Amino acid sequence: MDVISALLKLGAKIMIVVLLGGFLGATLVRLAPGFGVDEQELDARLNAQSIQALREAHASDDHLSSFYFGYLNRLLHGDLGTSRTLQRPVAQLVAERLPETLKSVGLGLALGWSAGFLLAAAVVMSRAWYLDLLGSLLAGILLCLPAAVLALLFVLAQAPARLLLGFVVFPKIFRYSRNLLSRSSALPHVLTARAKGLGNMRVLVWHVLPPAAPQLLALLGVTVSVAFTAAIPIEALCDIPGIGQLAWKAALGRDVALLVNLTMIVTLVTLVANSASDVMGKTFRLGAA
Amino acid sequence: MKWTRKVAIAFLLFVCVACLLANFIAPASYARQFRDEPNASPSRQHLLGTDDLGRDRFSRVLYGTRVSLLLAPAAALLSSLLAAFVGGIAGFAGGWVDRCVMAATDLFLSLPWLFLLITVRALLPLNVSPIISVLITFAMLGCLGWAGAARIICADARAFAQSDFILLARASGSDGFRLLWRHLVPNLKPVLYAQFWISVPVFILTEANLGILGLGVAEPLPSWGSLLRELEGFSTLSGQRWQLVPLILFILVVSCFHLVLTKEELPV
Repeated sequence: MDVISALLKLGAKIMIVVLLGGFLGATLVRLAPGFGVDEQELDARLNAQSIQALREAHASDDHLSSFYFGYLNRLLHGDLGTSRTLQRPVAQLVAERLPETLKSVGLGLALGWSAGFLLAAAVVMSRAWYLDLLGSLLAGILLCLPAAVLALLFVLAQAPARLLLGFVVFPKIFRYSRNLLSRSSALPHVLTARAKGLGNMRVLVWHVLPPAAPQLLALLGVTVSVAFTAAIPIEALCDIPGIGQLAWKAALGRDVALLVNLTMIVTLVTLVANSASDVMGKTFRLGAA
Repeated sequence: MKWTRKVAIAFLLFVCVACLLANFIAPASYARQFRDEPNASPSRQHLLGTDDLGRDRFSRVLYGTRVSLLLAPAAALLSSLLAAFVGGIAGFAGGWVDRCVMAATDLFLSLPWLFLLITVRALLPLNVSPIISVLITFAMLGCLGWAGAARIICADARAFAQSDFILLARASGSDGFRLLWRHLVPNLKPVLYAQFWISVPVFILTEANLGILGLGVAEPLPSWGSLLRELEGFSTLSGQRWQLVPLILFILVVSCFHLVLTKEELPV
């Protein structure tokens, strides 16, 4: 029953965020320079009456409330509008490009989590200073590099760009996991387990990981958001035809309608990822209790 | 104080003084073009050579550093003040104010902020001057970066609002603004200070990302974003390694900002 009410609450929260995001998006679109101006009006072959007819076609959007409800109505019916720069339906563009971004994000997260978490676990369990120094230096340098510079360096080195997101999320995962694991490895029951002669792997899996698991699961949600944000410079500079590259092109072309829709889609994806990691964390806590 | 922290502060001070004195140190203006010497190698006249438009790279690094190093802390100050205002009032008032403000903060945190930044950037008119573009870029960073800090400040303010010394102050007749200003704000200073220092490198990195994508500070005004954008034309075969100087300086300055924070103040 608790799980159902928690899921209902989450669903309601996501709906509210989407509605508010829709309102914010509609307001931004309405404020955009050139809103309501049709390029067809510049066609010299059109007479005054045709231009007037074109303007009247947009007149329904003049009132913010009717514009917003029209926008929301179209949104709820899956019509995300048409991109002004690319002259194609936004839904079609997103359907083409979202799988590319999901593939990059998935690969990047897999790489970042395997490298970051394994290195953090090795540092905590072995207590080797050189591993800690190596991990800290690597994470420190990567934290000081903007994702766009990393992308340029990858292009120069002709390295596979899809792995790049892994380098962006690695330092956050490494530092956070190391801090969490070292905190739980200092707990009295872990010291007792070590004193009783339990092996490193057994201590890690049965005694160190469980107290840190809910926070690590929360970090998983956060890294999804970080990866989607870093996808913009990476896809733009490494020429990966994903959502990030589309957002960049839309920003350069001042295609606010497309940008707002992309922002809402990414918000929805990150919100679902965060909520899923929250639910997993709570389930884990309940299971452990 | 740890020696690494001392070195970091000294280095940051040195870079700040150098870029504040850019007018005296730089051999040329950041926009002056030496048309006969595009892509020149380092020489006595051009310490770091020139870029593809013949502008002195050393001067551009100095002026670009000044732009980023002055405006990123200004944006961090703005976001810290916003966070203090929002988080402090929410935590102090409690009840429905706290719940509403935290819901708004959650909403703000759910939005991917680089997407939001480039959306807001795309809304700006095309004919803004470079100075206005730089001010708008950093003002946007300041206005959009408050949410995370507000949550932390709200949690601290909530804890302080229920503490004994606040109860005592209330019993002594302090209330409202006086209680907030005289008793709560001084106790929030350490967390505000930490949030400020955490925000500075974040804003520097974000401006660099925007600049490299061509959505940051407008030319010819240099910033670290536009300086790092030069790496697009860098080739390992050309051997022009001095083009990497802005990147090395960038890494050093951002690492120094990280080192200034103590272990307890670090975000992760």
